Amino acid sequence: MPTVSNPSSQIETPAPIINLENVSVRYRLPSERIGTLKEYTIRLLQRRVRHRDFWAVHDLSLSINRGEVFGIVGDNGAGKSTLLKVISKVLRPTTGRVRIYGKIAPLLELGAGFHPELSGRENVFLNGALLGYSHEEMTAVFDEVVDFSELSEFIDAPIRTYSSGMYARLGFAVATAHQPEILIVDEILSVGDEAFQRKCTDRITGFRENGATVLMVSHNLGLISEMCDRAAWLDHGKLMKIGTAEEVIEMYREGFQ
Amino acid sequence: MVKFQVVNTQTFSDKKKPLYDSAKRVSPAIAEIREIGNYRHLLAQLVRRDILTRYKRSFLGVAWTMLNPLGTMLVMTFVFSNIFKASMPSVPFPVYILSGLVVWNFFAQGTNASMSGLVWGGNLLQRIFVPRTIFAVSAIGTALVNTVIALVPLVIVMLISKAAFSWALLFMPVAILLVTCFTLGFGLMISSMAAFFPDVMEMYQILLTAWMYLTPIIYPETIIPERFHLVYRLNPMYWLLRVFRAPIVDQALPSLRDFGIASAIAIVMLIIGWLIFTSKSDEYAYRI
Repeated sequence: MPTVSNPSSQIETPAPIINLENVSVRYRLPSERIGTLKEYTIRLLQRRVRHRDFWAVHDLSLSINRGEVFGIVGDNGAGKSTLLKVISKVLRPTTGRVRIYGKIAPLLELGAGFHPELSGRENVFLNGALLGYSHEEMTAVFDEVVDFSELSEFIDAPIRTYSSGMYARLGFAVATAHQPEILIVDEILSVGDEAFQRKCTDRITGFRENGATVLMVSHNLGLISEMCDRAAWLDHGKLMKIGTAEEVIEMYREGFQ
Repeated sequence: MVKFQVVNTQTFSDKKKPLYDSAKRVSPAIAEIREIGNYRHLLAQLVRRDILTRYKRSFLGVAWTMLNPLGTMLVMTFVFSNIFKASMPSVPFPVYILSGLVVWNFFAQGTNASMSGLVWGGNLLQRIFVPRTIFAVSAIGTALVNTVIALVPLVIVMLISKAAFSWALLFMPVAILLVTCFTLGFGLMISSMAAFFPDVMEMYQILLTAWMYLTPIIYPETIIPERFHLVYRLNPMYWLLRVFRAPIVDQALPSLRDFGIASAIAIVMLIIGWLIFTSKSDEYAYRI
């Protein structure tokens, strides 16, 4: 039944687009390396397969609202990337529940999924397909991708001849060619020169204005406070603080000392 | 001033029902079939990529797909044609060998590529969500395209050696379909094993060599001694090969019994492989 939308009520009760309830992720690290099938079988029979449990994310609950730009800060190994993987369906949480109410476009570690022998042009379609876009959908944005990445002269050259900056530009241009409902950005705005970084942040800001949700991880605290509405601080897989970007960054900085 | 233009093709999803709920577990085998359907564009791209890049730097390019089995066939014919002369079937020896090699290469390349595809793709599986079976399925797709290309030299050799053509050759697509199902099932099974134990990949090469010589590819079936018949009947590739070769060698459709056995083998292997692989779906990103 269609209802008359009431803009004020939407502001009062924002709809979560990402919902995590008591999420934990356990990696099982073998306490000694068992490389062969034979060894494994013997040990299994002797009940000696030992694992060391490593909880990369521990009992984490988090709700991210539609249209928010949300930042995640924390030291190396705090579980930030693991958290993004749980959200983007790559890892199923060991315990807890993840619910996502939209389509996700993950920004790959730039260039992952490119094939070095194929041309830039062919890689645009390959990479687009990895993100779930059809050939037609990529054809529609192709010129715009080339334009944004500033690679029109090199687009038909094999990608193995590209510099790392060119790689990164093409990767970003493909991943953001279509506006996603949820964009996941993992520490990738640190690549490319300053002018290109500006272009990337402008594009993300544009997404937000169009109502997309952005989830970003960065060690660049300036970038987080500049772009994010809210943020969370993770430490050793635990949620230490959640609040406005300024609050969280301030606490994170204090935690250092 | 930066030009900013975004093509917005997506409509916002339903706010009430989650698109992804980690607590909701549909049967992974069924869910995977649906995901492969959703990602059919990626499948096409991966097959295309594998075919284009395989010979990208070589001068003759895709022609190697035809020259490779042809070369092997010439060597085999040269070495074995005198030895097996007395017991040859009613078809020129080069045709007999080449038809066997086409099927065997399909199986060997397909299963090997699905293993290395998962190892290569493991890198991607840890970064982005794609259906777990996509690398195996695309590997078999590539091998299938290569096999169809390799049928060209087979037809040429049949013409040159004046082999008989019969209407039964129209049955070939069905035979190829059976080999495809078997190869996919076996490829999925072996690659899920290789994901957990890298040694499997090396062991498999030895197994393949032994398996090839235990299958009547380069020698006629008639030389197999009576007491080994049971061993041959336990070899799934033996039945698939029989069905594939019947139209070429006997110029007739395979017997109903042969066809029934080969179909059962292919379908059961596909189901087993799919179930084994998808039962570990959630673990590949953790392990590889």
